[in-house]
Amino acid sequence: MLIDWSHFTPWSALAGGMTIGIAAALFVLLNGRIAGISGIVGGLFRLQTGDMGWRIAFVAGLVAAPLVWQLFHRLPDLHINTGYGMLALAGLIVGVGTRYGSGCTSGHGICGMSRLSPRSIIATLVFMCTGFVTVYMMRHVFGG
Amino acid sequence: MVNITALLAGLIFGLGLILAGMADPAKVLAFLDITGAWDPSLALVMGGAIAVGSIAFAVAGRRSRSYLGLPMHLPTARVIDKRLVLGSLAFGIGWGMAGICPGPALVLLGAGSREGIVFVAAMLLGMGGFEILERSKSVERPKMGRHV
Repeated sequence: MLIDWSHFTPWSALAGGMTIGIAAALFVLLNGRIAGISGIVGGLFRLQTGDMGWRIAFVAGLVAAPLVWQLFHRLPDLHINTGYGMLALAGLIVGVGTRYGSGCTSGHGICGMSRLSPRSIIATLVFMCTGFVTVYMMRHVFGG
Repeated sequence: MVNITALLAGLIFGLGLILAGMADPAKVLAFLDITGAWDPSLALVMGGAIAVGSIAFAVAGRRSRSYLGLPMHLPTARVIDKRLVLGSLAFGIGWGMAGICPGPALVLLGAGSREGIVFVAAMLLGMGGFEILERSKSVERPKMGRHV
């Protein structure tokens, strides 16, 4: 293992993580809901009346974040070197996988881990491991 | 009020993702690339979020209603089943392919990234497809527990 110190950003990572934690805290303490993005978005497809407003509002806030950020600061560079075909396939797998597994990095990885939920701990371990393996295969076995 | 707090929570969440560097797929992939030049930053994102979250969820767990008087919707499912493991397994593969998970995908969409639009469209297709599949199944058997 070789740590890339030149790209390591401990303070912004920690501050950003705590900001995410504050958002999850506000959401559970005020709205009584888990800030799990895949669950919030996926639940929109159930089309249940009375259950749509808060989901749309949360998603709107998330989508508006880069716009609000730009009012105060230049947006950091976002690098995507993945082709459209691969992006579409990845998006499809993420969509189905997170719904089938009842959560993603936010619902399981942050909220579930904060609650010490055994299901979320297992889910997080599994998607972290397959994430590591996938990048390893793509970069060091097939890619280059 | 409920929708305003939801909007604010989503906004703060998104700002946190940008500040943390999670909205940059290259940085996420650098974190997942443990055998390459590894950037451990995202471990600190999770650590910071969980540190704050665990206090909030400890408080929330002792309440039956939120501070706005809404019922607490905390997950009750406890069984580690095939769905959880296979779903998470697939999610990890998709995450590793592009370095994008659902939250950052929506931030990329807001940033006007064309790649973000493609990813979100495909993700919504997957989520919608899942819902249709679930509905056709739930005609045969009742739906199981709450999510997460």
